[in-house]
Amino acid sequence: MTVVSLEKVDKTFGKGGVTALQGIDLDIGEREFVSLIGPSGCGKSTLLRIVGDLIQPTSGEVVVNGKSARRAREDRDYGIVFQDAVLFDWRTVAKNIALPLEMLGWDRNRRQERVKEMLRLVELDGFGSHHPWQLSGGMQQRVSIARALSFDPPLLLMDEPFGALDEMTRERLNLELLRIWDALGSTIVFVTHSISEAVFLSTRVVVMSPRPGRITDVVEIDLPQPRSAETREQPRFFELVADVRHKLRGSDELVSEAELIVAEEGL
Amino acid sequence: MASVAVERPSRFGVAWRPLLHRVGLMLAVAAGLWAFWEAFKWVGEETAFKLGQFTVNDRTLPHLHDIVGQLFEPSRRNGPLLIEVLWDAALFTAKEAAVGFFLGASIGFALAVILAHSRLLQRGFLPYIVASQTVPILAIAPMVVIWLGGRGLPDWLSVSVIAAYLTFFPVTINTLRGLESADPRALELLRSYAANRWRILWKVRVPASLPFLFTALKVSATASVVGAIIGELPASIQSGLGGAILNFNQYYVSSPASLWATNLIAALLGITFFLAVVLAEKLVVRRAPEHVA
Repeated sequence: MTVVSLEKVDKTFGKGGVTALQGIDLDIGEREFVSLIGPSGCGKSTLLRIVGDLIQPTSGEVVVNGKSARRAREDRDYGIVFQDAVLFDWRTVAKNIALPLEMLGWDRNRRQERVKEMLRLVELDGFGSHHPWQLSGGMQQRVSIARALSFDPPLLLMDEPFGALDEMTRERLNLELLRIWDALGSTIVFVTHSISEAVFLSTRVVVMSPRPGRITDVVEIDLPQPRSAETREQPRFFELVADVRHKLRGSDELVSEAELIVAEEGL
Repeated sequence: MASVAVERPSRFGVAWRPLLHRVGLMLAVAAGLWAFWEAFKWVGEETAFKLGQFTVNDRTLPHLHDIVGQLFEPSRRNGPLLIEVLWDAALFTAKEAAVGFFLGASIGFALAVILAHSRLLQRGFLPYIVASQTVPILAIAPMVVIWLGGRGLPDWLSVSVIAAYLTFFPVTINTLRGLESADPRALELLRSYAANRWRILWKVRVPASLPFLFTALKVSATASVVGAIIGELPASIQSGLGGAILNFNQYYVSSPASLWATNLIAALLGITFFLAVVLAEKLVVRRAPEHVA
């Protein structure tokens, strides 16, 4: 079944303004892990927000979980994670995770039970009564993931969720995310600007280019599942990283040429 | 954000050592000001210098110990001590100010919530809200007294309304700013939960506005006391600090220290209101340590 289906999606900001996205066609199936990768300004975060009905496309059709993006949002069909954890200082970790459950009208007991499960899932047992500022950046992001998954959405949207973390934490959380993905069987759309992260995590990597933002390539990642720390040392991993890098460079040709000219003039 | 654990402060726990430091510092500053006052007075009297009409003597600048001492003198022959009279007056004014403060803060907050939800209303009304504060309170006060007079309402209520008039403005302006300070991604997050405006208001925007709200309430708390004191004059209310100030003003030549002592009590009342807000803030607002002023 197709979870996300985009057809001829365009997005222009302002009247006759910047074209952020042009002619986006993309289908994402159940249990897929799809990464959107591209240089900044290629509209990958915009595309993610269009799927989440947080902004509207200028034209084109967006179908999420078999319904309009708006309907899917209203049915709480997806959870979202941003680059910053966006936790509320005035709530404890447990209450941050329970926020969407409050919106859904779950009673206290059911909420508490689910929060406990989610804390176990992201390996933060015993931190429920802490406040966000008492946790490290990586732990905060885990809380944010737990919150996004607390109400069991079939789709998880992630906007550079590990972009602000150090390399070590990032790799650990990559593994953790794969474990969660495997355990819950959700579909994940993941925005990143790290090539190795995209290759390591995904079943498919969507390569995008800027001005106007469009899809230039889709790379199937045929690394065996489940993936582990050793996956990063396989020759196939390096091949795929090189392939994605190559395709990204191709998509960014215009920019590189411009940079070259500037560099020469500088001489 | 801080990395890894910071010691969690207990909610009601008092750190005694910093508190002692603070009190010590306050006493040191008080002593310094007292020394400055007395030194200025002494130099002024010794050199008999003049600033225009202003000369320094016991009438224009009484000794501080005389001012404090005056509190424990009878307010009139065979009457109660001045401090007893002023205590009653302060309680009366406090009642007016407190009612005005709650009234003004509620109206100010409600107004901010409404304006935060409509750009159109905000553009239309904000200039008039600002204009309302450029009219001197002394010009408004008599009208409030006339409007509310003779309707079976207690006299002091018009004083509260005058105090509320001074209170609501900082609350509206700051709360509006606070409501709009909510993290845009937090708003996106709530939108992803299909939360309605009401939910977004109470779960994100109001909590985000609290530090701004309390900053405003600190300003308003003291303003409400000033408003109540000033409001007592056109309302011809004798029982409060405003009445006492007016009264002792007439006897300034014979007993200057009485008026100074009244001002001292008025200042203490303002400080009490301020501290009440600080305490409420400590109980209500829970922020990361680095955000605490």
